Amino acid sequence: MNPFSSGTRLRDMIRAIRACKTAAEERAVVRKECAAIRSAISENDQDYRHRNIAKLMFIHMLGYPTHFGQMECLKLIAASGFPEKRIGYLGLMLLLDERQEVLMLVTNSLKQDLNHSNQYIVGLALCALGNICSAEMARDLAPEVERLLLTRDPNIKKKAALCSIRIIRKVPDLAENFLSPAASLLKEKHHGVLIAGVQLCTDLCKVSVDASNYLRKNCTEGLVRILRDVSNSPYAPEYDIAGITDPFLHIRLLRLMRMLGQGDSDTSEYINDILAQVASKTESNKNAGNAILYECVETIMGIEATSGLRVLAINILGRFLSNRDNNIRYVALNMLMKAVAVDSQAVQRHRTTILECVKDSDASIRKRALELVFLLVNDTNAKPLTKELIDYLEVSDQDFKGDLTAKICLIVEKFSQEKKWYIDQMFKVLSLGGNFVKDDAWHALIVAISNAPDLQGYSVRSLYKAFQTSSEQVSLVRVTVWCIGEYGEMLVNNVGVLEVEEPMTVTESDAVDVLEACLTRYSSDIATRSMSLIALLKLSSRFPPTSERIKEIITVHKGSVALELQQRAIEFNSIIQRHQNIKSSLVERMPVLDESAYIGKRTSSSQANIVADKSSQPSSTATTLKFPNGVAKPPAAPLVDLLDLSADDTSVPSSTSNDFLHDLLGIGLTNSPSSGIAPSGGTDILMDLLSIGTPVQNDTAPKVVSSNQGFAPTTKPVPTTIQVMDLLDGLPSNGSLPGSQTPVYPSITAFESSTLKIMFSFTKQPEKPHVNKIHATFVNLSSDAYTDFVFQAAVPKFVQLHLDPASSNQLPASGNGTITQTLTVTNSQHGQKALAMRVRMVYKVNNQEKSEQGQIDNFPPGL
Amino acid sequence: MIHFVILISRQGKVRLTKWYSPYQQKERSTVIRELSGLILSRGPKLCNFVEWKGYKVVYRRYASLYFCMCIDPDDNELEILEIIHHFVEILDRYFGSVCELDLIFNFHKAYYILDEILIAGELQESSKKAVARLIAAQDSLVETAKEEAGSISNMISQAI
Repeated sequence: MNPFSSGTRLRDMIRAIRACKTAAEERAVVRKECAAIRSAISENDQDYRHRNIAKLMFIHMLGYPTHFGQMECLKLIAASGFPEKRIGYLGLMLLLDERQEVLMLVTNSLKQDLNHSNQYIVGLALCALGNICSAEMARDLAPEVERLLLTRDPNIKKKAALCSIRIIRKVPDLAENFLSPAASLLKEKHHGVLIAGVQLCTDLCKVSVDASNYLRKNCTEGLVRILRDVSNSPYAPEYDIAGITDPFLHIRLLRLMRMLGQGDSDTSEYINDILAQVASKTESNKNAGNAILYECVETIMGIEATSGLRVLAINILGRFLSNRDNNIRYVALNMLMKAVAVDSQAVQRHRTTILECVKDSDASIRKRALELVFLLVNDTNAKPLTKELIDYLEVSDQDFKGDLTAKICLIVEKFSQEKKWYIDQMFKVLSLGGNFVKDDAWHALIVAISNAPDLQGYSVRSLYKAFQTSSEQVSLVRVTVWCIGEYGEMLVNNVGVLEVEEPMTVTESDAVDVLEACLTRYSSDIATRSMSLIALLKLSSRFPPTSERIKEIITVHKGSVALELQQRAIEFNSIIQRHQNIKSSLVERMPVLDESAYIGKRTSSSQANIVADKSSQPSSTATTLKFPNGVAKPPAAPLVDLLDLSADDTSVPSSTSNDFLHDLLGIGLTNSPSSGIAPSGGTDILMDLLSIGTPVQNDTAPKVVSSNQGFAPTTKPVPTTIQVMDLLDGLPSNGSLPGSQTPVYPSITAFESSTLKIMFSFTKQPEKPHVNKIHATFVNLSSDAYTDFVFQAAVPKFVQLHLDPASSNQLPASGNGTITQTLTVTNSQHGQKALAMRVRMVYKVNNQEKSEQGQIDNFPPGL
Repeated sequence: MIHFVILISRQGKVRLTKWYSPYQQKERSTVIRELSGLILSRGPKLCNFVEWKGYKVVYRRYASLYFCMCIDPDDNELEILEIIHHFVEILDRYFGSVCELDLIFNFHKAYYILDEILIAGELQESSKKAVARLIAAQDSLVETAKEEAGSISNMISQAI
């Protein structure tokens, strides 16, 4: 050891660091000190070890790495003297946390110190253990701590009690060992021990039901006595805070009583009187008193209190709410949220005051109050409350607008009794805080507008007006663009004017102006621009005079740097130039969006099984692809039929068409797989055309659009016709079907159990109507692979059956592969009797033979 | 429970940190940075609570120092204010009208005092006198040890 390598004193180092004017200087000083400390460590310098650790703690506080000093802490702890241990334990708590493995090395020293004869050394060890022990250490040292709970010295007792709290938080299994010593702590007189003991009991109740039952039975009486004594106690200078003896003890006792009284009417009744006494007698002019009252109210709310006591509690909160101290108001709002569940009527009385708190200058109070207002909204007060909140939205802080708009949107969605009110409120929110409105809120608005035919004209005109003043609000712009695209002619022709509306004149080119502005404005994002492009395309067919101008706008964007825009512009340009004949049908108005499906999709983000709106009653006339030009009368737009490939019992020509349908109806879906590459194929355009918001393409976009003839969705499946068309590669100009019709039968799920699923699809040659080819597909739904899979079938006498060999006899688990097999079925009584079939599947799971059987009688008619 | 205690100066310098829940070194610096931004920017008349990441931080300003304690959302905020004041009063008695400089140069003593008030994020002692007695007793233990030690230890004791 070199006595001259002592380096600087701690005080000098702190001074040197404080004297630094720049961060770089500070770093230099710290680097120098750390270097000195490192070399002292490597020389195993003992005399300055504690000073080095002290320095490292300071350096650590400044945020520099100090891991190299960890072992030195352990050495100090292992030393024999109290001063070394004191600084060593402090360093241990500061420089390490429970996740470091070094900590395990200290377990042995801790064990020795816990058994030390000096109470202060035991105290140090308990303190360190209580602050940083890990689960392993807790297990190892629990017996020591348990023993220390029974010593006579109050200093050690209280520390051991708090240390036990840490231990049972880390290892709840150990709770029962601490139960009886904890209960005996409640008989102590020393306040420190009592406080720690009560806290330990509270934590025991949290982790173990047995513990709370035990304490409820044995300690309730004692707790009431302690609380009565302390609250009636004469002036006690040692514990006095603002005229109250030991508010900390009060609060802890009240908290433990809450744990014991929760859901237990006997205990609740027993503590009723003392709670009433505390609630009515505690002075509320100082913070300490209010802290007790606050805890007392929470306990009254938490237990099975009498109604009188609850009234007392609510009154205290009412007083708190009108207090001028912000802290008191904050906690009142906080507690009223819990009180809503208990007595909503009583809280409603304070609604005006609470609403004022939403406008407070203090962000913490505003946030609390807004949460509370949200809980208070009901059918009767939704309108005035919404009005208040929306009025406030106009003047509120920017950082608060996000929370506020989210809550208003939720309220108006949940409590709207009439559509117009909902739409009006949403327009206000969009105009005032459109930049903060979440996507699903404005998507819901669009769905609602789409479902309200008599309000569509009103909506598009209101949006047009709102856009003139608030065009900087992103979601307002998007909704406006969408509505102009869909209902542009209602804007121009003033369709469906409501009485409340002021007359306005908008020309076709005004409408196009709006869209062009949205498309070209610097502030618009890609999604808004893409929506504008679609809207423009739609308008070009509705407003023939503007089509030339729209064509030019679209042409400009063929060179857009944004891939999405460029692609759309090129596709749309192609539609305009080469496919005039189908354009008008392509850009037909969106079918009515299904509200229930949309809500379902919002609630479960899983792929919703979208069933096209049955209530929309698609026209029963045979709809081929000959769409009427011009404006169709909603809601029986021909496209509805096109879309009405509901996924249930209908023919689904390709497995992806479900997704396709999903996209058609989906608004700005983000969960579908997006290919990122520009997909080719006509239907993509259709998908883009009809989807709103962020573009989504499935990389397996189906190339077929099938239309079903005369198909009413509620009836049993009928033969439908598939027609393959490539939109970009031309279509017969009359759009009628090719001459020969191939009958197509919908696929069926022939058999389904929890472990196995069989699908049948059918083909038939037109010239042999009684011969059916059935393609069976087998899917394993269980998590075990099947081997030696054999499919057997039996048919009625009038049917002949021929089975081709199966593609395999191994069926991988969880649908990771299929077996296919072709069946030829000849129905000799074709047209008179329907097909039926019995099936039996035999296979092996883990070499155990299994079989399943079933009857199939859901064959499509006509086979 | 109290998850951590932080003392920050008006300038955002950290004067004391005590973590009762595990936070890694990196998390600790982020927490301190975020909270000092949040708390130091609040006006004087506002309430003493900020909601932060599902927790609540109760703070109170004494002269140039902010005493902050992070608690669970269902803990008693008003009581934490009393605990902070309790801590400050004990510091004040120990140092004799405490100031920020006392806490900078004797930071380890501030930690010793805190360790007599809180363990495992829970209050340990409600009597200021009891805390003062315990600290005094341990300080005198250190003094005796120093006196007993030889000349080299004398040098060390001056240093600390």
